[in-house]
Amino acid sequence: MNTIHAIAIVVLKEMIRRKDFYVLFILTALITLLMGSINIFNDASIAGYLKELALLLVWISSLVMAITTTARQLHAEKELRTIFPLLAKPVSRAQLLLGKFAGCWIACGVSLFVFYLFLGIVAASREHSLDVGAYTVAFLLHWGALAVVVAMALLGSVVFAAPSSNGTICFIVAVGILVLARHLNTVALQMDGVMGKITYAIYYLLPRLDWAFSVRQFLIFHDPMPGFAVWAQALLFYGSYSALLILAAWLLFRRRALTT
Amino acid sequence: MNIVQPILKTENLRVEFRSKDAPGGVKVALQGLNLAVFPGEVFGFLGPNGAGKTTTMNVLLGFVNATAGDAFLFGENVREPIARQRIGYLPELTYYYKFLTAEELLRFYARIFNIPKAEREKRIDAVLKLVELDHARKRQIKTYSKGMQQRAGLAQALINNPDLLILDEPTSGLDPIGRMKVREIIQRLKNEGKTVFFSSHELGEVETICDRVAILHQGELKREGRVADIVREYNCDLEQAFLRIIGFMPQAADSALVSKAA
Repeated sequence: MNTIHAIAIVVLKEMIRRKDFYVLFILTALITLLMGSINIFNDASIAGYLKELALLLVWISSLVMAITTTARQLHAEKELRTIFPLLAKPVSRAQLLLGKFAGCWIACGVSLFVFYLFLGIVAASREHSLDVGAYTVAFLLHWGALAVVVAMALLGSVVFAAPSSNGTICFIVAVGILVLARHLNTVALQMDGVMGKITYAIYYLLPRLDWAFSVRQFLIFHDPMPGFAVWAQALLFYGSYSALLILAAWLLFRRRALTT
Repeated sequence: MNIVQPILKTENLRVEFRSKDAPGGVKVALQGLNLAVFPGEVFGFLGPNGAGKTTTMNVLLGFVNATAGDAFLFGENVREPIARQRIGYLPELTYYYKFLTAEELLRFYARIFNIPKAEREKRIDAVLKLVELDHARKRQIKTYSKGMQQRAGLAQALINNPDLLILDEPTSGLDPIGRMKVREIIQRLKNEGKTVFFSSHELGEVETICDRVAILHQGELKREGRVADIVREYNCDLEQAFLRIIGFMPQAADSALVSKAA
């Protein structure tokens, strides 16, 4: 546990000291602030639309942040050869993967927390109320979904040689799931035979990031949030799915030759 | 009677790699290597480029799995991470997390070894003094010169006060002062009774520091023995002896060059 913690701390330090991490962060904050400050046609309901746009921006930013930071982790370790002195110590490859996962996921969580806090403050300034419980659930589900994205990018960094190809594929898969996953069963119903079964299988096998994504609607339209059992199950699903992806990454990485 | 056990041992170690260029698509990097390094020795691991030195180190450190045979550190199979608890390793080209300071880098590695906090700080102070980086401990590694980075590398290899040091060409690419400093550190470690296993192309340096050497050529162990014995046997310095052992004949090379020029 100490080793995983130590590796995660190094990942966090890297992100704190890298300047590109702040660019996305400041950009998202600025756009949210601008959208929150403008007044269009004196329409009070405009706040809902602005919130929708801001939440979409937060989702895109968090995906970019999670995928780009995770995709480069193992690749940078190999390219800069820091992996050799590290694995020459009593560090197993499983610990290395878990440390990288923990570091990236915690960093995403911290930035996501700031995003939601900022969005909450801006929205509250327009709506004169803040549903802390709803924002907390939205944040937790979003962070849970990011665990799957981080684990997917980590698996990708074992499979793909270049971080750019890994990042691009992960981003397309994640956005594809967010936009299309919930419609797949309807599509499967309209298909006959093997193709229909395959589409159904994909529908049940996909990590349902869209669950967390759809929670935006509750924040925008002030609908009551789903109960504890519902979102706890979703979090459990995300946790289990992330564990499976990390296990797959370890199975591929554990015996791979690393030549100095 | 106590029999001294080797702290580094390989038994019939064989490593094969898939290669399109090699006959049969398989390149044999190591062929049945048997080595034993005993406590307190400074052991030089020599061979021309491509001889299999780094491959051997890669197996010892668990980076590459042997195709056949076994390797042990302190009696533990190198496949187990625990085998690396009492070793320090310095890779040939040293790159570290450049965004960390030397102090942070050492703290990170010390945490991996579960060194208690109070002892950790003392150990960091001691190794930074030993490698003469105490004055630059709070500077990020990206601001270090190559020699300083190599010494930071030595510091990380020493953070756990290892009983065995594995150094892959520790003086490669350093200027004469940097080389001298690294050599002095190895000498000091030798005086402290540490076991050092290192590869080098600087045969004069090897002759000065090492007790025993192993000479590898094309994945095969050609010679293993005390430096003094090899030098006496060939009645020349270690460099000449090395060239003869690997079958390199300078006269033949010279005449080939002359005939080509003619």
